[in-house]
Amino acid sequence: MAASQIPHSSDNRSPEDRPPEDRREPALDRRYLRPSVFWSIRQGFPGWLQVTLVAVSLAIPILIWASLSYGQFVDARFLPTPSAVIVRGFSMLLEGDLIVDIFASSARVIAGFSFAALVGIPVGLAMGTFYSMDSLLGGFVRTARYLPIAAFVPLIIIWAGIDEASKIIIIFLGIVFYNATMIADAVKFIPNETLNVAYTLGATRWDVVRRVILPATLPSILDTLRVNIAGAWNFLVLSELIAAENGLGFTIVRSQRYLQTDRAMFCILVICMIGLATDFAFKLLFRLWLPWADSKMS
Amino acid sequence: MQFPTTIPPKEQPSELPVPKLEIRNLTKVFGQGKQRITAVDDVSLSLAPNEFSCIVGPSGCGKSTLLSIAAGLSKATSGKILVDGAPVPGPGADRGMVFQNYTLFPWLSVAENVAFGLRLKGMAKAELNRRVAHYLDIVGLSGSAKAYPKALSGGMKQRVAIARALANDPEVLLMDEPFGALDSQTKEQLQSFFHDLWAKSHITVLMITHDVEEAIFLSQRVHIMDKTGQLHETITIDLPTHRELDMKLTREFLDYKRHIVHALR
Ligand SMILES: Nc1ncnc2c1ncn2[C@@H]1O[C@H](COP(=O)(O)OP(=O)(O)OP(=O)(O)O)[C@@H](O)[C@H]1O
Ligand SMILES: [Mg+2]
Repeated sequence: MAASQIPHSSDNRSPEDRPPEDRREPALDRRYLRPSVFWSIRQGFPGWLQVTLVAVSLAIPILIWASLSYGQFVDARFLPTPSAVIVRGFSMLLEGDLIVDIFASSARVIAGFSFAALVGIPVGLAMGTFYSMDSLLGGFVRTARYLPIAAFVPLIIIWAGIDEASKIIIIFLGIVFYNATMIADAVKFIPNETLNVAYTLGATRWDVVRRVILPATLPSILDTLRVNIAGAWNFLVLSELIAAENGLGFTIVRSQRYLQTDRAMFCILVICMIGLATDFAFKLLFRLWLPWADSKMS
Repeated sequence: MQFPTTIPPKEQPSELPVPKLEIRNLTKVFGQGKQRITAVDDVSLSLAPNEFSCIVGPSGCGKSTLLSIAAGLSKATSGKILVDGAPVPGPGADRGMVFQNYTLFPWLSVAENVAFGLRLKGMAKAELNRRVAHYLDIVGLSGSAKAYPKALSGGMKQRVAIARALANDPEVLLMDEPFGALDSQTKEQLQSFFHDLWAKSHITVLMITHDVEEAIFLSQRVHIMDKTGQLHETITIDLPTHRELDMKLTREFLDYKRHIVHALR
């Protein structure tokens, strides 16, 4: 009985018998979302296309670099060829100084980054959780985020000297305020109901902080740290440019003095590789430690 | 102490004057000026110990607002919530709640979600595991005990939320459309289960539903709210205490249904 009332619901006619609008190609029908592989939004993406696009995005800058340098459009003193940089890099590694630089810089980053996490995570959680803490700390933290740390470097060196402490302070100040604000925002994204249901199960405020807010924000905390460790490397180079006896940033400055662009570029490449490795480590940690979370990270 | 509208259900002896849960002259106003909305307007109702009551009313009439104030989760503009005759200042484990939306903790497995309240109480491991298994069995989710919420369907999540609230053994259970996302078979199973649970235990239940039959089947009293946020009518359901699903087809049942459906129009 329903078939007669609902048109098109039981159409057994052959295609030629159907009215012309039924014969249109489904893909051209404007009423429906057209399938797309390249412009897919959260509907899955083929692995081969991902690999290809990543390869293209990496290959283009390298190709531009290679054609400019091998084609001798630019003086080799300003832009050495990729192979020259690699060769120089190997000799730097063999000389042994580079290893020392890598260790010195990494230690500074780890120290500054760890302090920034140790302070930034609790401050961010407190700001996101309690109105009082948000008022007490938020005004300062959010303002401090806009302080140009680079401009403070001379002052920090006056206050803390030119040894390790000043470099760690620069890295710490460079990222701690970002850690805190990003984590505070993540706490605010926890739905009210998630907190409320805990209260109706008998949770105290402390239970809610420890057993709801902290686990709920762990994915965002990891993500925040992953993003901000890139900032830590930036501030490391800044701190080493000004006062250091070793480190990757220091080597870059010294190379500039002697116009050794190949050395400088290899140091930059090394920082890049360390960055990629930590990024990967964070993603791996995320997947292993937080299997419950929907990872939006690729 | 008085019951606001109709006489208390007759299985309640009259010398038991202290309601388990009392909502007294509750008003909730949202916003100011032009945006001012009176979501709940001077509602008074009470639940005797071990009473099962439902609230029905059109969408947006203030049911969820009323329930969350009863749970102590939001502040009333005026009015009071009393448990056992004493005003309560905030939420607590005495009033369990099943929310309208999904509220599972995504970082905990199904079993850990159900155990959440028990952990807070510091319950011994063996007892805790036994209870969790029992309530997961009741909602038919023993097989998913180790799954994370992201792998569950909407109806499964809601059943876990029900198990979590029940496992915590609240004195009053507040439920906001708990069966809304369930298929009719599961829904009827859970209705029977809640009827039995209520009959066997001392639990007092206040439930919001859009399903008039469900309200009549489960309740001693049905409270009807209207669009203005006021309590329109309270109907005492004078059906036998022990109820079977087949009762939904009887004459008396349908008379109640007709009455409520008309009142809701
Ligand atoms: N936080 C809020 N701010 C402003 N207005 C609100 C807020 N919460 C609810 N309201 C308003 O209060 C009224 C009642 O909302 P409530 O959620 O209690 O309705 P409901 O009866 O539960 O509806 P439904 O059956 O659709 O769930 C609605 O008009 C809604 O717009
Ligand atoms: Mg509602």
